[in-house]
Amino acid sequence: MNGVERTVPADGERSLLYVLREELGLTGTKYGCGEGECGACKVLVDGVAVRSCITPVAEVVGRSVTTIEGLADGDRLHPVQRAFADLGAFQCGYCIPGMIIAAVSLLSTTPRPTAAQVRAAMDGNICRCGGYLRILEAVHRAAATSRSSAGRSL
Amino acid sequence: MKPAEDPIPFDRMRPAERPYFDRFGNGLVVVLPAQRPGPTGWGRGGPPHGGAWIHLGEDGVVHAFTGKADVGQGTRTALALLVAEELRIPLTSVELTMADTDLSPWDMGTFGSRSMPDAGEHLRATGAAVRAVLADLAAARFGVTPDRVELRDGRAGLRGKTGPKSVPYGLLVKGLRRVDTVPLGTPPTAPAAWTRAGTPTVNAGATEIVTGARRYASDLHPPGMLYGQLLFPPSYGARLRSVDLRATEVLEDVTVVREGDLIGVAAPDLFSARAALKTVRAEWETTPQPSEREIVEYLRHHPAEGEDFWDVIHHEAGDVEAALAAAPVTLHETYTTAYIAHVPMETHAALAAWEGRRLTVWLGSQTPFRVRDALADALGMSPSNVRVVVPPTGSGFGGKHSGDLAVGAARLAKAAGKPVRITYSREEEFTRAYFRPMAVVEVRSGAEKDGTLTAWQFHDLNAGSAAARTPYRVPNQKVGNQPVDSPLPQGSYRALAATANNFARESHIDELANRVGADPVEFRLRQLADDRLAAVLRAVADRAGWKARAGPAAQRRTRGTGRGIAVGLEKEGRVATFAEVRVHEDRRLEVVRIVTGFECGAIVHPSNLRSQVEGGTVMALGGALFEAVHFDGGRILNPRLSEYRVPRFRDVPPIEVVLLDRRDLPSQGGGETPLIAVAPAIANAIFDATGTRLRSLPLVPDGTVP
Repeated sequence: MNGVERTVPADGERSLLYVLREELGLTGTKYGCGEGECGACKVLVDGVAVRSCITPVAEVVGRSVTTIEGLADGDRLHPVQRAFADLGAFQCGYCIPGMIIAAVSLLSTTPRPTAAQVRAAMDGNICRCGGYLRILEAVHRAAATSRSSAGRSL
Repeated sequence: MKPAEDPIPFDRMRPAERPYFDRFGNGLVVVLPAQRPGPTGWGRGGPPHGGAWIHLGEDGVVHAFTGKADVGQGTRTALALLVAEELRIPLTSVELTMADTDLSPWDMGTFGSRSMPDAGEHLRATGAAVRAVLADLAAARFGVTPDRVELRDGRAGLRGKTGPKSVPYGLLVKGLRRVDTVPLGTPPTAPAAWTRAGTPTVNAGATEIVTGARRYASDLHPPGMLYGQLLFPPSYGARLRSVDLRATEVLEDVTVVREGDLIGVAAPDLFSARAALKTVRAEWETTPQPSEREIVEYLRHHPAEGEDFWDVIHHEAGDVEAALAAAPVTLHETYTTAYIAHVPMETHAALAAWEGRRLTVWLGSQTPFRVRDALADALGMSPSNVRVVVPPTGSGFGGKHSGDLAVGAARLAKAAGKPVRITYSREEEFTRAYFRPMAVVEVRSGAEKDGTLTAWQFHDLNAGSAAARTPYRVPNQKVGNQPVDSPLPQGSYRALAATANNFARESHIDELANRVGADPVEFRLRQLADDRLAAVLRAVADRAGWKARAGPAAQRRTRGTGRGIAVGLEKEGRVATFAEVRVHEDRRLEVVRIVTGFECGAIVHPSNLRSQVEGGTVMALGGALFEAVHFDGGRILNPRLSEYRVPRFRDVPPIEVVLLDRRDLPSQGGGETPLIAVAPAIANAIFDATGTRLRSLPLVPDGTVP
């Protein structure tokens, strides 16, 4: 769990979302619909975005789970977080953790996504404030900055 | 029963009696006095308000207070920008407390796009008054007249090069416990001279949002907290006949409350609470409820008295019947809009905690003071013993006005002796909330052969009065609305009535333009009575590359591509929307491009306004194209996100936003009006593409044009 091994006494059928929020106090991951429709509850399991509201906690035993709280390196934001913050790509902010997780998952397998790939990867996430265009911009910017910083480190 | 020794609440005390300095420390406080609601509603001075106050502490911190709530629309940063502007300090030096009934001025609620014209103006005036006091204090210190004092970046100095060293604001108010009221006519800084307001800024809270650190009401979890669940009727109109709580009351660790019709349980975890609720044996008496199929007729036959948002207007000029009889061109059509849901991403949540006989409720709410008073009434307490705090809220859109949840949580917390949080499930959110009203609008019009309007009869059923009046010049008019006894609960919604009324009017105007073979833009420009609206329409037509057209639409139609335009004037904002659509061979509708132009006076926070216009356009797309609450027998048939479709990434076309900044005009709200021209622009574009005129929202529930 965010790099630390955690033991949780819980009914294995309970959703990962419930265990994260109510038992581990990791409330950055949000409840939106409870049926995997809105993406607010996304977390990374072994690096891939999953909808924690429809994932029984038993399924992640022994696997690596990263929540929105585990993305930054201390005070250093993940490039996707940085892009969302710099562009002000949020309104009420409630859907943003799930959006960021979906984007991180996409960029980890597709570092140079096309516009269509970004839309397709993000389509499972709902922003009711309608901030979609700025969110797309943030994902593209994150892809660009990740590439250029990767280039510098070579 | 109200104990006599209870003090009156902070917001209701006279300014001089409020214990400002005990709460916030020594310094200077400037207060803009409240305007209370009059016995006959809104007074001559505009809507009632609780005013504003600003505290300047010895440490130099500028702390402003307003009763408005920011539930995601970005007013926190916009209002702070105005304070920073007046105080000549960086945005980061402003603290702003919003919507906390123990600390903020009273407020009627955050709705009606009033945050900028009310709270914004109040904070500007208060800030200007603080600046005037600082200039006086500095002048006395330097032994000069106040006009020689310059306030800059939190320090007071002298104009010009010579003179004493500048001093920080905090030093000027050291040891003071001074409360001033804003003198009448204190002029704030003119928008033309703004240096901080009016420039792009990222909204407050970015880091806490992107790291998941922001705590919404539904995230709060104090030690010992219990999870509450409330019993709800199985259908609208159902009444509780009898209830048997015996099986519930024997459950271990479960608190049960029954207070009239309110029945609730609380338990240490959500699952036990849900299980406990299932043991409640309730019998309900249901009454027949209309089905969706018969709803239009039902509404026609159930008129009601107007109140609240459903105030009634009746406007008449000239002789509309005679003008209709004489007109060479007449048109009579009916337009409808469906009930739709707010669907805030964060469902309703309330946390209640008692400390002795003081109650605090944290609630995502647009009306904290109304909820405080409702709590005090329900629990028989003095409002001074109730505090409602609005933490960051996962949006509202007009849907978070009610305090039912807070009362339930408070009763459970009292019975349990522990804090209790109730969070609605998505299904509860759909079924326990209220909806945007369904509306039926009937329009009869008459015109000369060239389209010059001569008669306009506009009657709306159940939408509300907003934007019912026409912005076009018509000598003979009759405009009115009729509230209805709605079978589904209905209430405030982002741009509710204006969306329905504007859809009807702007569709109808397009129909008339087509009937007489006029270009829809030229037709409007020729007859608009409002120059500011005409300017927005021209700006949008320019950006869209609108090509004037003439002749009936049927002669121009090519390959299923169509363009439409619509305008709207509401809440002192002016909007025009252009839409381009493609109707594919299988009749599937694709919105290809949208241009929305908006003018709301001087722009305080341009990046946020742009965001509101974009987001409002997206929200309006849902109601225009596919959103509808389905119901039968008093039950909602699609109370889930898998069944109630809201706009997603795939639905959003390129949206170009054109903002007109009128620094010579007062700033108005921008959260609602940008929505109201989207639906008619798309309906008009569909007609242009196919010749099919759609007069009901949603236009394409299954995605295809009939």
